Order: sequence, then structure tokens, then C-alpha cells
Amino acid sequence: MNATDAGRADALRQHVIDPEICIRCNTCEEACPIDAVTHDSRNYVVKPDVCNGCGACVPPCPTGAIDNWRTVLRVDAYSVEAQLGWDELPAEQALPPAEGGAAFAPAPIVETTSASAAPATATPVRGATVPPWSAAHPYTNLYRPSAPVTATVMGNFRVTGEHSGSDTRHIVLDFGTLPFPVLEGQSIGIIPPGTDAQGRPHHARQYSIASPRDGERPGYNNLSLTVKRVTADHDGQPVRGVCSNYLCDVKKGDTVQVIGPFGASFLMPNHPGTHLVMICTGTGSAPMRAMTEYRRRYRERFGDGHLTLFFGARTADELPYFGPLTKLPKDFIDIHLAFSRTPGEPKRYVQDLMRESSASLAPLLSDPNTFIYVCGLKSMEEGVLAALRDIASGAELPWESLADTWAREGRLHLETY
Amino acid sequence: MNGIDYSQKIPNNVNLSEDKTLQRALEHWQPNYLAWWQDMGPDGSHGFDVYLRTATSVDPAGWAQFDYVKMPEYRWGIFLNQREEGRRIHFGDHKGEEVWQDVPGEHRANLRRIIVTQGDTEPASVEQQRHLGLTAPSMYDLRNLFQVNVEEGRHLWAMVYLLHRHFGRDGREEAEALLERRSGDEDNPRILGAFNERTPDWLAFFMFTYFTDRDGKFQLCALAESGFDPLARTTKFMLTEEAHHMFVGESGVSRAIQRTCEVMNELKTDDPALVRAAGAIDLPTIQRYLNFHYSVTIDLFGADQSSNAAIFYSAGLKGRFEESKRDDDHVLRGGMYRVLEVQDGKLVEKEVPMLNALNEVLRDDFIRDSVAGVERWNKVITKAGLPHRLTVPHKAFNRRIGTLAGVHVSPDGRVVSEAEWNANETKWLPSVEDRAFVASLMGRVVERNKYASWIAPPMVGINRQPIDFEYIRFN
Repeated sequence: MNATDAGRADALRQHVIDPEICIRCNTCEEACPIDAVTHDSRNYVVKPDVCNGCGACVPPCPTGAIDNWRTVLRVDAYSVEAQLGWDELPAEQALPPAEGGAAFAPAPIVETTSASAAPATATPVRGATVPPWSAAHPYTNLYRPSAPVTATVMGNFRVTGEHSGSDTRHIVLDFGTLPFPVLEGQSIGIIPPGTDAQGRPHHARQYSIASPRDGERPGYNNLSLTVKRVTADHDGQPVRGVCSNYLCDVKKGDTVQVIGPFGASFLMPNHPGTHLVMICTGTGSAPMRAMTEYRRRYRERFGDGHLTLFFGARTADELPYFGPLTKLPKDFIDIHLAFSRTPGEPKRYVQDLMRESSASLAPLLSDPNTFIYVCGLKSMEEGVLAALRDIASGAELPWESLADTWAREGRLHLETY
Repeated sequence: MNGIDYSQKIPNNVNLSEDKTLQRALEHWQPNYLAWWQDMGPDGSHGFDVYLRTATSVDPAGWAQFDYVKMPEYRWGIFLNQREEGRRIHFGDHKGEEVWQDVPGEHRANLRRIIVTQGDTEPASVEQQRHLGLTAPSMYDLRNLFQVNVEEGRHLWAMVYLLHRHFGRDGREEAEALLERRSGDEDNPRILGAFNERTPDWLAFFMFTYFTDRDGKFQLCALAESGFDPLARTTKFMLTEEAHHMFVGESGVSRAIQRTCEVMNELKTDDPALVRAAGAIDLPTIQRYLNFHYSVTIDLFGADQSSNAAIFYSAGLKGRFEESKRDDDHVLRGGMYRVLEVQDGKLVEKEVPMLNALNEVLRDDFIRDSVAGVERWNKVITKAGLPHRLTVPHKAFNRRIGTLAGVHVSPDGRVVSEAEWNANETKWLPSVEDRAFVASLMGRVVERNKYASWIAPPMVGINRQPIDFEYIRFN
């Protein structure tokens, strides 16, 4: 795989199942919270338009057949019909060169430049599939699509600047007396009302929780989401995101159907002295906001543990939560903001800022109490990993074993979409 | 809510500590179970640290946690899938009624029988496989055997919980009896025939996990539809574990075939004697093993016409495979189904009431599923560029139960005379010589990433580990 391919906005990291290893046991179809797996008498396959890469099917698979991925152009994604006909997995294909406009994306993205592009490596870095050792135990899948829970909208506020073209909303949902315990880093699914063009009910869309475990308002059974109104697809073509438009337009008092919670590894450590390095773009800020807020509320419990945030957007106006962020005390959190489309300024991406902060990041990378979280568009992942690798090598830290240790100890978490 | 409480003596997600009587009864059974494991569990394995998965919750994220465990210290426990509010019985005469959380008096005897029969197969297979560890073809395979064994043990726990929780004194007595019967014992055998057969070698083990554990899958799927909700929730979770067992079988046979094909290509021969001399298992022998395990397993579905099956279905105790995905009335009165019988020396199909033929319906579902896997084995042969094919025998072949018992039928479905059967039996079923040859290959190979001569390495490791991972520490 060419490491830069996955970073392209017109590319998709498609989840596929190896038909030569799969034994058709149906476990993945049972495990998938959003019904993205289907089968015929021949093969089990993943619907490319439904799968969100949440990974719920990966640990239960008895064979390992489930853990296969192909980077393809979105327009060339293997259809369900094509996959059903496979006798073996197709080889990974090199993508055609990107066209001029193809790298345009509706939200801030990290474009890999030749200076920061990672060389193709034999063993791509994987994020952790386990939580930090001191993470609280998460509840998952309490509510499934067959029996969702109803939440009431308590508020819907715009968190991007008034003049920004990007409409990002902070939405507060209340669960009343029904249990919906969550942790920072988990996500929930929202089922939009109505049916799709084929008359089938819409499938659920997943959103990261933006509030801490004890509620958006402490002591209340509520949580918040960060939702960006989708008005263009990854190729920049106009498209109306079904669920994001539904959510961005909900009013106080409306009810929404919720499933979940999901996620058992992208969780924060709970022991004192832990350092969080958070790297995000756009609405990938939701779990970072949740963790930051939890650490702010209970700051005294975490001793000298320190927070570092790298946050990218196209402009300051498009940066969700820009105002409140700038008010946080500097001895609590180091904030680095990267804007890629500020008029008259050179483009700056989160990985550029990370490289500039090598001196303060390097000691963190070798500290066993450091936990790293990356959340945002898929395209940022390669660039961020390349920056981490370069900072590690600059400090003479062995990158491969370091990344391996992070994954095994639940200290590097990647959530990109 | 669905997490498992490991602080208890018996890990469970059923709030066992709130029912002291039940907790005491199970804690009384636990040492007997452990004594059974010491006596009848995998031979000579008690001190090994084995890389095993243990469930820490019943949701996808939590039920496959891997770590090194000594098997006698494996945390066997009681895990039920979450209760689905408002679940209703969706087949039989009680269709539309709320599912039962307790055993209805009129179905008590039948439910107990279903649970005991299912429960009896679990320790039976551990007993059948207890000596296999001494002849493992690799460390990877040995780990898989042990995983299968501990999970069969857990499935026994699942059934014993239901007996203790819902069947009072009878249930407790049945739970004790489950530890007293022994596979192959003349005086006190296991209930079902296939579970008294020996599993003498690893090819037999792989065939057993492919075919016989697949019978388990279909029985569990049918019970997962049950109107008795605790049984449905228990079996649903067992199914997630069962999948690994079928994987062990399917990939094990597949790897044996792959190795055989490699040898055939290296030597440019399909002469069984030459293949055997090179330390691989010839395809005709694999075919005979397949014939044996397939025919013995399809007997497990019971008689082709059974009033018990009709009663279990109509009463809402046991559904069909994927009951909810079928679009009929789910009551089946008036429905018909074709079963086989012999008329004038020929096999003919005959229409019988569907309700009485539900064993046959489940058997036919099983056959479809099994055939698909055999086709995947054939792909391994095709990929090696060889023209040979494996097939499943006719479903009337070598049957011991139902109307076809006692009729001699060839693998291609012809009724044959006793003389023809006797003349061909060693071509169709493994002979004493076949078994002796396969046994002769069963040397113990347990160094990391080394494999016996008759089997290819696996394609992927367990839990994303490399195939040369140290799956067992022998200490």
C-alpha cells in the first residue's frame, strides 16, 4: 500500500472479508451494531456504504478473516455484488494519481506533502484495540437497532463562527430516567426518522460523545454531540447528509432514537500523573472535548498530569468551541491550533505544529504515562503518524517497538473516518 | 449491565449473589466439576500456561479477551445474552405470547430433556478429545484444542445453570449425572451415539469439530429461538464460542488437504501409497474420514419423523434454524415435507406432515451448510491445480437412526445388498488400516512454528498474533 493513498479525500479504506479464511459462522453479522455485514450462500461481505469501521466485528471473528482492508477510490469501492462473487481477496491496487480537485474535502483535512509523506512501510502502525489499564469499564451495546432508546433534545447550539460556511452544532440529549452510562471517547448511534430511497428504514449514524461521563451538565443524565452539517461529499459534490441535517435541525423538546453506546478502547486513563496528547481536526474534537472537560472538572485527581492538544480546522471561524478553548489555563493544557485556509497565511496542518513542538513532545513520547489520541478525517492519520515517527527518531527512540508498545498498552488510539 | 462479575467464586452476569440458595447449590457443584476436569480434562496439560480467550462481557468488545491461563484456573462461569424487553414467542401454538422467564409446568419434562441432552454432549467431547494433546501436530493446534475444550466445559456450565436455576431437585440430580456419565463407558455412556465414538487422531478431531460441532451450531440455533427465554439467551451466547470450534475443524482439514496437495505436486503422483510414504494423508483416506463423520453426525438430528420434534416445536420449546428469517406462518399445521424411505429396494421421497419432519428439516439445513464448507476444501485442491474432488455422501449412507437405519446405501445413493456393502465398506469408510496409518503420523510436534509432516501451517495466527507466537508455555 502506498502510505499516501489512504490520506486522499477521494480514497476509502474499505473493510473486506477474506473468503479463503472465512468459515461463514455468522458471528460478524451478529456482532455488527449497524447491520453492515450481509451474506449469501457463498460469501460474507461488508456493505461499503454502511460500514463505519468501528471494529465491533473484529475481536469476535474466530478466524481473522474479518481483519482485511483495501484502500480504493470511493467511486471504485467493491460493491456487495462484486464481493459475493469472490473466491479470494483482490490484491491491493495502487490508486491512480489524484486529479486537481480531488483532494478537496468538505472539512479541514491534512494534505500530505512530499516533505511529510511517510514512506511505504511493511508494517503499518495500528492503533490500540485495548483501553489503558486504568480506564473505567465501559458499557457497550445496551441499546440495539431493534430496541433503541428515546432521548430528548435539551439544546442545539452553533459552535462555529456565524460567518463560517461550516455549520457545526453542539447538541445536548437527555435520557430521563433510562440508563445510558458513557465514558469519554465512546460514541452513540442516531437513527434518523423516515426511510431511504428504497423504502427501508435509515441505518444509524455514529457520533462521538463530546461530554464527560457525569453529563454535559454534571449530575444530569445527559450528554452532548458535535455534529457538522454535511452539504458535500468527500469529492465536494453537493449532497445532503441525512442524519447530520436531521440533527442540526432538531429543536429543544424533540425526541431522537439512540443506540449504543459503542467503543471499548478509545478511553482515557484514570490514574494520576497521566499525560494526554490529543490530535484532532473538525468534529474529531468531540472526544477531546469530553476528556479535557473531565480532566478540568477533576483536575486535582490527576496530579501533575498534563494535556496537549493539536487541533486543526480550515479557519478560526470553523474551529468548533474556539471561544471556550482559548479560556483554559495554560498550565492545564497546551493548545496548538492549525489553520489551513487563513487568507494570506501559509497552510498549516496539525502535523506541522507537532513537528514544531518536537522539543516538548519528545519527552512525552518516551514517558510510559503518556496516552495519545487521534480523531478526525481519515486523511490526517498518515501525516500524524509520520510526524510522531519523525519526532521519535529525532529523539533516538526506536519507532517500531515504541508504536508496538503503545498499541499493546492501549496508549495510542486512532479514530478516523 | 452485561459485564461479567469476576469477583465472585463463579463468574456470572446473572446476579448470582442475589440468590443465595442457587449460589450455594452451584458452589457445591463447582468442586465436583473441577474434579471431573482433573480426571477427564486434557491429559497432562494442567500445568501449561495457554493463550486462551475468556469472556469478560457478552458484547462484541468483551467476550474475546486473550491471555495466558492455566486451564484448571480458567474462569468458567455463567453468561447469558442480555434480556430483550418485550420479546415474544414467534412460532408454534403460543406464537405472539410473551416469552417465559420460568419453566411452564406442562413443558417441564420436555425442557429438562432438551437441556440435559444438549448439556451431555459438552463434557462428552472433552472426554473424547482428552488424549489428543499428546499427539498435537503443532503448538498452534494444541492451543486450539485446549480452547475448544475449555469452552465445551463452559457450555456445560451454561446448561447446569439452567438445570439448577429452573428445575429444582431434579435439575440438581441431572447436573450431577452430567459429571458421572463417561464417553464410551459401557455401563454409563453419554446419551448420544456420536459422543461415545472415539476421537483417536487429529484428522478425526478436525472432522469432528467441522461436522459434529456444526450439529451443535444448528441445535443451538434452534434452541436460541426458544420461548423459554433463559435457554434462548444462554444458547445465543454459546453460539459465539461455537464458531471457533467449527473454524478449528474447517481450517484443520483444509490444511491437511493443502499439505497432501503439496506432496502430490512435489512427487507428481496421486498414488495413495506414495503420498503416505511421504508422510501426508492421501485424499481417498480423507474422503473416507469425511464419509464417516458426516454420516455419524447427521444421525444426531434424530429420527426423520418424530412426534417429539412436533411437540417441541408446537409448544414453543425449540424452533427451526433461522426461524425468524423464514416467511411462513411459523405454526406449520398442514405443511408438508419430503423425507426418504426405501420402497422396492429403491430410495423414494415421501410427503409427511412438516411438524413431524422437523428433525429432517434441521438435518437438511445442516447438510446445506456442510456442503458449502466441503466446496471450500475443494477450492484448496483446485488452487493446487489438481483435478480431484471431495464430496459428501448421500444422506442415506451409513445411517443408524430413523427409517434408513439398517438399509445399506452406497455413498452415491444406491440401495445395495449386504454383500456389496461388505465388499466395499473399506472403500467407503475408514478401515482399520487407514486409522492405523493416520495414527502412525501422529507424533507430537510442539516447537514454535513447527508442523507435523501431514499438515500445512495456518494462514493467520490467533488474535492477530503471528503464527510463530508462543501460544503455550509448557513450564
